[in-house]
Parts: sequence; C-alpha cells; structure tokens
Amino acid sequence: MSDAHASHDGGNHGSVKSYVIGLILSLVLTVIPFWMVMSGGFSNMTVVVTISIMAIAQVLIQLVMFMHLDFKTEEGWNAGSFIFTALILAILVGGSLWIMQNLHANMMLGG
Amino acid sequence: MTTQTVNQHESHAHDEHEHHDAGAMKVFGFWVYLMSDLVIFGSLFAAYAVLMKGTAGGPSGADIFELPLILVSTFLLLFSSFTYGMAVLAMHADRVAQVKGWLVITFLLGAGFIGLEIYEFHHLIAEGFGPDRSAFLSSFFTLVGTHGLHVTFGLIWMLVMIVQLFTKGLNDKTRPRIMCLSLFWHFLDIVWICVFTFVYLMGVL
Repeated sequence: MSDAHASHDGGNHGSVKSYVIGLILSLVLTVIPFWMVMSGGFSNMTVVVTISIMAIAQVLIQLVMFMHLDFKTEEGWNAGSFIFTALILAILVGGSLWIMQNLHANMMLGG
Repeated sequence: MTTQTVNQHESHAHDEHEHHDAGAMKVFGFWVYLMSDLVIFGSLFAAYAVLMKGTAGGPSGADIFELPLILVSTFLLLFSSFTYGMAVLAMHADRVAQVKGWLVITFLLGAGFIGLEIYEFHHLIAEGFGPDRSAFLSSFFTLVGTHGLHVTFGLIWMLVMIVQLFTKGLNDKTRPRIMCLSLFWHFLDIVWICVFTFVYLMGVL
C-alpha cells in the first residue's frame, strides 16, 4: 500500500535532504557568477567560461534534485525525451549562431 | 467467502494501479509539453544571441541591467522552487494543511519575482528603452517577457490549486495537477538560470 502510494505519479520524489542539498548547491552556483561579474576583477574570457559551466551545473543539479530526472521513471522516457530535446536545442541555437555569424562576417551587415 | 474477499482485494489493487497509471501518464504528457516549451525558449535565446549586438545607437545591456535587482529576483525564484518541493513532500505525506501553506509561500515568492520584473520593464520603458528602441531590446523583452508570462500563468495555476485543495482536498485528480505544476515551476527556475547567466551577467561584461 505504502509502496503503491509512493509511486503515485510514477516517479521518485526525493526527500527534504535532497531538496536542501539542491538549494545550497544552487545558491553557491548563483552567488559565485554574480560575484565574479559584479566585482569585475577577472578577464572576460575567464568569466564567460566559468559562469557558463556553473549555469550548466546548476541546471543539471536542479533537474536531478528538484525535478527528479532519472533513467528509471517511465522506463527512461522522461530522460530520453529530454536528451532528444537537448540535441534539438544544440542544433537550433548552435546552428543559428553559426549561420548568422558567417552572414555577418561575409555580407558586412551592420551591428 | 474467501474467494470474494480475494476478488475484492484484487479489484481494489487493480483500481489503485489504474489510478497510478492515469496520474503517471498525465505527468509524463506534461513533461513532453515542457520539452516543446524548451524549444520555444531555445529559439528565443538564439534570436537574442543573434540580435544582442544590434543596439541601433541605443543602450546596450551594460547600460541598462541592474544586477543587484536581478540577484534578488533570482533568489526569490530559487527559494520558491525549493518551497514548492516542500509542498510536494507534504503532499506525499498527506498533510493537506502543510501543502496549502507551502503553496501560499511559493505563490508570494513568485509574485515578488513578477513584481520586480514589472518594475524593471516599467522603468526601462519609461526611460524610452522599450522593445521598439532596438533589435537588442526587442529580443530582450521577448525572451524575458515570455519567461515572465510563464511565471504569471504558473501563479494563476497555483491559486487555482490552492482553491481546489480547499474544495476538493488531495485526491486522484488534484495530485497529478500539483505534480504537473511542480514540474512547470522547477522548469521555469531552470530557464531563469540560463536567462540570468546568458542575458544579464554576460550582457554587462
């Protein structure tokens, strides 16, 4: 009974502990990027690379700790559709930037 | 007699299973919707990245973004994501009063986030830096505004769920709805991570 109950929506729900860990890690990964940019003591390249990595890390942490994404729920269909979407996003965003950058460079468009 | 009991027990177990499946299917269907929503946000991010240098003589991100304000907004949304998680845990422990309490706290934090965003947008437009000023500002308002609209609809949904908890309580209809809203709310926090990193922080560099 309690087992059937725990899987009411077909996923695991974590615990207070997993939410608190997710919150603390998210806070750290939020404060550091803001501090790096607002204090202004770093080269632009360092800042861009560091805060990008921290953003990706925070997205993954929240996906796992808050949204409980794993390969067990719904036999992996949740995670599978997410990975497919991530691929589409990479093509969409990466492709747009690539094409538009070439266009800017080769056609001498303003801006 | 014994057979009857067993049958009853089986049919009960069967019901439980069907409820579980229906609820799980709803939540999974909502997940697929979120994935398509992610593609919308991806397109808006791509448009912003392409147009962000097109300031048309107007202000750039470094001129108009107020990072302390954005940091406060980020904290509000992050804590609201956490408090919604607490609401879900309370729901699984069948503590209706706690679910209501956490949902109200989450609503207030989300409303604070939207309040700050409206203040920011109003301030920019009042200074003449509205979405009609440049390609950069058009794409900025579209991207951040779309996220803000999502949060606004999340808040309306949350109000509806609080009312439904009072009128219907926790049952097989309201539980999947609260789970779907949970995914929606965490999803909006995740999109916001990309907004504050790639729009605001990189915008002032």
